[in-house]
Amino acid sequence: MKRADIIRKALRDTLPVLAGYVVLGIGFGMLLKARGYGWLFSLYMSVGIYAGSMQFLLIDMLTESVSLVSAALTAFLVNCRHLFYSISMVDRYKNTGRAKPYLIYALTDETYSLVSTEDSLPPGQRKTYYLAVSVIDQLYWVGGCVLGSLLGSALKFNTEGIDFALTALFVCIFTEQWLAGKEHISAALGLGLSLLCLLIFGSESFLIPSMAAIVAAMALVRGREAKA
Amino acid sequence: MMHSVLLVAVVGLVTFALRAAPFLILGGDRKSPEFISYLGRVLPAAVMGMLVIYCLRNVSFSETGLWLPQLLCTGVVVLVHALKRSTLLSILSGTVCYMLLVQLVF
Repeated sequence: MKRADIIRKALRDTLPVLAGYVVLGIGFGMLLKARGYGWLFSLYMSVGIYAGSMQFLLIDMLTESVSLVSAALTAFLVNCRHLFYSISMVDRYKNTGRAKPYLIYALTDETYSLVSTEDSLPPGQRKTYYLAVSVIDQLYWVGGCVLGSLLGSALKFNTEGIDFALTALFVCIFTEQWLAGKEHISAALGLGLSLLCLLIFGSESFLIPSMAAIVAAMALVRGREAKA
Repeated sequence: MMHSVLLVAVVGLVTFALRAAPFLILGGDRKSPEFISYLGRVLPAAVMGMLVIYCLRNVSFSETGLWLPQLLCTGVVVLVHALKRSTLLSILSGTVCYMLLVQLVF
């Protein structure tokens, strides 16, 4: 595939992210504006943090002026799942050269869902794809955040529910991988153990136990396979 | 204002550190330990399952409006995708259904 074709593919693959990020970004910018912070601060947050759910959480923490230590701790707990993403990207992001620090910085849930499942391109062409997806996704997010601050509350179009696009993106990738016959055990374990942890630990704190359970289960499965 | 600027900087640093730590610990471009390569192969599928649950974590059975739209539209995405295998079509149909349901019905 030519470079331009790879970028075109990246643009097509990121369309659901466009819907989700621009809408959530606008929502974020508006909320931030309502708390008295302008577009410049919105730009600073979306570039400096670049993690959606954490940015939303931080809005409240800004107005309450929480301590730096408790903000750091919250960021650690909320974003722990990124450790998990990075562990599984160590091999894919090998030999990406000077782009690597940026690729690592830009590894959000949505970018991860696209780059970690890309198997159709030959390995030599994937670096261009990784970089294109990362840059495009970030432009959507930063653009949405700044736009939201500028619009303030002027926007009247009813977008309620459009953020379901992100849920739909993950559901769709999950289904596609399942139908393609890849890693059924791993997919079922991820879904089942997370659901189990959600029921046990509740929606606020189930991610970390889920991740621990998934890695433990994977290690067990691998031990079995090695014996068989 | 200064405190706000610092708060964002601290949160940004922690977030980046979490994203970067595995790459720093597991090393540059040399061959990674086999267990890590194994995780790299099997984790993405498991993580997609976890993210699906994460997105649906606020589903509650106390009111119809808090579970029916999400679960129904998740079903729509799976069904449309199984039939047509077009990512864009699946996501579009699920999202439009969801928006119609939450805006007009519930």
